[in-house]
Amino acid sequence: MARTTQPFYQRALLRWMPGAKGWAIGLPFAFLLVFFMLPFLMVLKISFAESTMDVPPFTHLLVLGQDKLTVLLNFESYLTIVQDDIYFAAYASSLTVAFFTTFFCLLVGYPTALLIANARPALRNLLLMGIILPFWTSYLVRVYAWIGILKDQGLANRLLMHLGLSDTPLALMHNTFGLYVGMVYSYLPYMVLPMYAFLVKMDASLPEAARDLGAKPWEVFFTITLPLSLPGMSAGCLLVFIPSVGEYVIPELLGSSQDLMIGRVMWSDFFNSIAWPLASAATCVMVALLLLPMAWFQRVQNREPQAL
Amino acid sequence: MKHLRRHLGSGFLALVFLFFYLPILSVVVYSFNESVIASQWTHFSLKWYAKLLGDSEILDACRTSLELALATACSSVVIGAWIGYVLANYRRFWGSTLFVAMVNAPLVLPEVISGISLLLLFVSLEQTLGWPQGRGMATMWIGHTMLCVSYVAITVQARLSAMDKSLTEAARDLGAPPLRVFFDITLPLIAPSLLAGWVLSLTISLDDVIMSAFLSGPETTTLPLALLSRMRLGLNPEINAIGTLIIAVVTLGVVANSYYLMKREQRQARHLRMAVLNTSSEGRVAQSPPT
Amino acid sequence: MSTLPNSNNRSAEPLLGEEGFLQIVDVSKKFGEVTVVDRLHLSVRRKEFFALLGSSGCGKSTLLRIMAGLETPSSGRVILDGQDITDLPAHRRPVNMMFQSYALFPHMNVSANVAYGLKREGVARPEREERVREVLELVQMGAYASHMPSQLSGGQQQRVALARSLVKSPKLLLLDEPMSALDKKIRQKTQFELGTILQKVGVTCVMVTHDQEEAMTMADRLAVMSEGAIVQLGTPENVYEAPSTRFAAEFIGSTNVFTGTLAQDGGSALYCGELERPLELGFAMANARQGHAVQVSIRPERIRLSLPASDAQASTNNSALGVVEQIGYMGSYTLYYLRLPSSRVVMVHVPREILVAFDHEPDYGDIMQLRWSVRSLVVLS
Repeated sequence: MARTTQPFYQRALLRWMPGAKGWAIGLPFAFLLVFFMLPFLMVLKISFAESTMDVPPFTHLLVLGQDKLTVLLNFESYLTIVQDDIYFAAYASSLTVAFFTTFFCLLVGYPTALLIANARPALRNLLLMGIILPFWTSYLVRVYAWIGILKDQGLANRLLMHLGLSDTPLALMHNTFGLYVGMVYSYLPYMVLPMYAFLVKMDASLPEAARDLGAKPWEVFFTITLPLSLPGMSAGCLLVFIPSVGEYVIPELLGSSQDLMIGRVMWSDFFNSIAWPLASAATCVMVALLLLPMAWFQRVQNREPQAL
Repeated sequence: MKHLRRHLGSGFLALVFLFFYLPILSVVVYSFNESVIASQWTHFSLKWYAKLLGDSEILDACRTSLELALATACSSVVIGAWIGYVLANYRRFWGSTLFVAMVNAPLVLPEVISGISLLLLFVSLEQTLGWPQGRGMATMWIGHTMLCVSYVAITVQARLSAMDKSLTEAARDLGAPPLRVFFDITLPLIAPSLLAGWVLSLTISLDDVIMSAFLSGPETTTLPLALLSRMRLGLNPEINAIGTLIIAVVTLGVVANSYYLMKREQRQARHLRMAVLNTSSEGRVAQSPPT
Repeated sequence: MSTLPNSNNRSAEPLLGEEGFLQIVDVSKKFGEVTVVDRLHLSVRRKEFFALLGSSGCGKSTLLRIMAGLETPSSGRVILDGQDITDLPAHRRPVNMMFQSYALFPHMNVSANVAYGLKREGVARPEREERVREVLELVQMGAYASHMPSQLSGGQQQRVALARSLVKSPKLLLLDEPMSALDKKIRQKTQFELGTILQKVGVTCVMVTHDQEEAMTMADRLAVMSEGAIVQLGTPENVYEAPSTRFAAEFIGSTNVFTGTLAQDGGSALYCGELERPLELGFAMANARQGHAVQVSIRPERIRLSLPASDAQASTNNSALGVVEQIGYMGSYTLYYLRLPSSRVVMVHVPREILVAFDHEPDYGDIMQLRWSVRSLVVLS
């Protein structure tokens, strides 16, 4: 074979260099490591630094001195988070808001997905398009529209007063109500679409078999359809819950200063107080809180990739 | 009883769609409102559109957003397709769990986390390597690409997994070396999902607020950032105008897409009918003994 | 008793020239812990139509893919026309394959599909177009040159797939379950047509199938495979008339298998628990197997049915009495299932012309006598 006539160094190089498969996997892997993993490590590192007024506004962890290498780990940021009430309140309220947003999205989204999945094929595509269309238009503009609707002189209040249902404008904005309206509005497609994709792939003969065996319509739903759609439900719920925890724009525009969500706290730490180590520590804690749901999502994805 | 259920269902769906489209309708309607106070309708006017044309800040932001989005879409498709290819063809390799985790995570991770982490990376890089010089297009481009890559990857992966494996094997059998197989066979067959990924990346990039906020520089303001700062200051009816324009473009795109899909389905149905015709005539001929 | 030799795959020597056009030398393939192909030796002659027959999981498809270059063997060599192609990647082998799913490129029309291989070779356009036209005429698809694969029926797609794999004049043509996607009615006609075309072209073929009728019809020689190894190799007649093992006997066609032991007195009578009278083996076969348990196969068409005769006939060897339990009317022949006194069921195949000679045809519950000759017994190993 030709191999034996190659010079030694060429053979050695070929043996140690990755083959085509190595490059095919290695390059994207490297890309992901650099722009996904490495940033996380940076956050972790800076969370242990001290806040300063320099540029950049934090200290170094490793200080190379005369004959010593000093590692400075500063726990100040983490202590602040644990001790300061604001953070605890922020995390608690974020988790609560995310939970209830998921709940409302499920309540509204599941029937929606079910109704669309059961509709006539021609109608189905139209309905689906109807759900997707807002998704493609500017999210910011739509949230802004809600301000116009929910504010004191807004559409909703004017309608209510016009109909005589209320004398004074109701506070629909800059409070919890406005926040939930905005959250559910934004995240509903993330619940409906995966659920729909799942329901549509379900074996249609299963409910038929149940009916053949004597089950009434609501029995069919609770004993067959609902249990079988559980994986789709978990995908949808995770797709709503996890991002909701860190939501910034909606609480900022529609929520009150009472609804302190961790996204806003981190933003203000970062941009207003320039307390980068603190923001980093908050980020790390958030990641830790979300690890379990994200691992769950990972498992759901691997079983059935959701093509959004 | 059945009718009641059907009407209940239709009614519910109608409410949901009303909920979805109320803000959209309000944006469109009020963009033509003459009054400054958006919720008070005075009379029809195009003055906000006129103002928009003269608003250099918004127009610059538009241009920045478009440039960024186009660049992001192209890079996301290339890298995302590559990742999708790896996911579809290589089940297990050293570090595959980590690889898959890194691809799945951005789909759900709150953007503030991605934003902060990338910003800190760039700051540290600037310290040690001298690049990137401050934040701007380059950093935003990388950040947006990171957001979109996962979506493209799973779309391509799904399409590749569903593809008949014997097609690439047949190409190899007929003499095509591996790279040729990819360009002649694989690429044309995943083209629809690449296009879908491209459009999705474009949309995500155009719409992005948080990542852009973290990674933008003094000169590079994207449209969402410009809009956000205006929204904070109070209501600005120009926003309705630009919102309407966006909605118009998207609607046009969606309608064009469904038209194209319909035409394609019709063509496939025609092909199928011809194939069935060919099958039945074949069956009839099969009865006679071979000549 | 047939004594045709059958090649034992372990001891075959690689042959040269015409005999060993394609040689599989000690090829094994393991996927992790599982051995799918187990130290296989095979030799295919030039222009021969060779079939690999077996049920799913026996390794035949893997062996085919190793020949195509789509899998690399864990050990062993593949030699084609004197050239060792084991390390040659698929796109450089003078081997072409017709895939089970046809694998026609959906985004190219018929002409482009067939021309693809020629393009990769660098054949100039005029020659390419001529060769494509020729081969499409050969498979009678000339009129469909500009059609897309989605417009064609299954049989038409198959013909295009065949044309595509022939146009490069490969040294070896591989067929992966070619008929499996076709309707039963069309299968026979297609088998005939395919065989005619391949004979005309004169290419060496290896086909993989699980349908023994197909293998018997189309192959010059076939190999029955099980669990990664060749159980028996030979012409269809060899393998049918002289199966070497129970597996081979039962895989090809149907058969009745009896197990018994030879008497210690050195005679040639095999005593089987399920039969009242012993089987008379003939001395040649009996000699080698004194004292061992012996398995014997009797094909259903070699058993003669008659009305129970007088005692004299009833007490001969190689006969039995049975009750008709099931009747399957097949048109040109009828299948009878008779239950013996020992509860054993025996299958008998009676051609139409024999049946009409009966005064009245055997019916459910009739007691019949079954008889067979010494020559119709095949001893299995």
